[in-house]
Amino acid sequence: MTADLEKTGPADAPPPGNDEPEAIKAIPVRHYGRWVSAVVVLALLGLLINAFAGANVNYHAIPDYLFNSNVLSGLGKTVLISVLSMALGLVLGVVLAVMRLSKNPVTSSVAWVYIWFFRGTPVYVQLLVWFNLALIFPEINLGFIYRDYMSSFMTPFMAALLGLGLNEAAYMSEIVRGGIQSVDEGQTEAAHALGMSQGRTLRRIVLPQAMRVIVPPTGNEFINMLKTSSLAAGAAQYLELLRSTSDIGQTTGATVEMLFLAAVWYLILTSVFSVGQYYLERYYARGALRSLPLTPFQKIKANLAGFGGRTKGGATA
Amino acid sequence: MTAMVKAEGVHKSYGAAHILKGIDLEVSRGEVFCLIGPSGSGKSTFLRCINHLEKINAGRLYVDGELVGYRQKGDKLYELKDSEVARNRRDIGMVFQRFNLFPHMTAVANVMEAPVQVKGESKAAARERAMALLERVGLADKAANYPSQLSGGQQQRVAIARALAMEPKLMLFDEPTSALDPELVGDVLDVMRGLAEEGMTMIVVTHEMGFAREVGDALVFMDDGVVVESGHPREVLTNPQHERTKSFLSKVL
Repeated sequence: MTADLEKTGPADAPPPGNDEPEAIKAIPVRHYGRWVSAVVVLALLGLLINAFAGANVNYHAIPDYLFNSNVLSGLGKTVLISVLSMALGLVLGVVLAVMRLSKNPVTSSVAWVYIWFFRGTPVYVQLLVWFNLALIFPEINLGFIYRDYMSSFMTPFMAALLGLGLNEAAYMSEIVRGGIQSVDEGQTEAAHALGMSQGRTLRRIVLPQAMRVIVPPTGNEFINMLKTSSLAAGAAQYLELLRSTSDIGQTTGATVEMLFLAAVWYLILTSVFSVGQYYLERYYARGALRSLPLTPFQKIKANLAGFGGRTKGGATA
Repeated sequence: MTAMVKAEGVHKSYGAAHILKGIDLEVSRGEVFCLIGPSGSGKSTFLRCINHLEKINAGRLYVDGELVGYRQKGDKLYELKDSEVARNRRDIGMVFQRFNLFPHMTAVANVMEAPVQVKGESKAAARERAMALLERVGLADKAANYPSQLSGGQQQRVAIARALAMEPKLMLFDEPTSALDPELVGDVLDVMRGLAEEGMTMIVVTHEMGFAREVGDALVFMDDGVVVESGHPREVLTNPQHERTKSFLSKVL
């Protein structure tokens, strides 16, 4: 561009300003409504903050116990059980989804019954049953593979993992099934026409495309799982985040403060995983979009620029 | 020498809808065989029967002398296993009306996919051949692009390269230019013309009468699930014998 200009020289360049159309200089529309609603919302927010500031809460206790070793141990257990249960749910969910979509009436009905049962009963009940399984099966006997007393096999960890993971599998299988069905049938046909087998077509062609549809609800499920794992404390005596914080609350008398502390940690966890999810979605969007969506940082910049109607052309990443 | 494709009384129905009502035809080696006819006449369905994407209900269909989808022992017919069907499909390339490129892979990855995954070729060798094929369809510079970044005509040419990567003995084209903007049709037809000149056996379902007349060696006009008229393209297109053929051609030419 600049090289061209230099080559042609200033004599050939169009005379400045003459041919340029005059830019419109108009008074912009005033968005009075936006200002009024902003003031109302801020006022309500102020009242809420004021109420909590005046409440009988010992806020210092929260940072004091934020990195308490018991709290951190509970936090670690919450993350551990959530990740493992989610992994179990994901793997089993894919298997169940493929079973449900199979032409074999036995496998598809078995998958249907599984989903019907595990989705249809409260996860809290399932956790209680797993934890109390020793009452009906005193011994666990898997032939040559494994044999033990149920009470020593079904630790709080195992009960929480099975309760949360098997329940999650039922939900995940429906999400995966929706994802698989969202992929155009022409994709399967094209893969088959190239001589690819059913399994390879699923792994190489269908599932990678289904991921675009599967990831967002799975992120939702995972965030749900982080919070649902707190049920494992009550049902299966699993010492996760909520249990460790409320234990401190009971001994120190700072009950509500410790609940706030737990809430802070849950918020931090869900925020971190939301960011991870965002980048995962970006990864699976490749090929589906001509250009990748903005990163959160770029979005914030674009939103700030857009406030008050002063949109500046948007962020061209 | 046996025919590349031979159909004997092929019937196909979906429930009550009788789509193919006894198709008999023969496609010789190295021939460009054009199938024309109004939509719903069964020509696409017939094409999809040839690589067993659709199962036929009656009759016999042979590719390269072998029964499609079944094995005959004595007077009994045994259905082929999925893996056997897949193996037979390797030698038959197919190009779809809607391209059906894999959107999550770049152009070159689309072309490499089957040689690597199905034939077990090394990635380096497959990439080299894929690049040569893309070069041949005039898209070497688009190798790293995803399908969504290509025009329809470019996508269809990548799809042809993808089918050729399996080194098929027979190519099936299912209305390859029907979803394209008029100015993009020429590029795709040029690639197909080049293939024909190299002696590839091609069965082409098409509405491009110019292409059929110029490149085709044989032509069949189908209507309502039967072959109405067949012969050399120039004869059928310029001097149709049946009323139905005449009225169809008067509408499309």
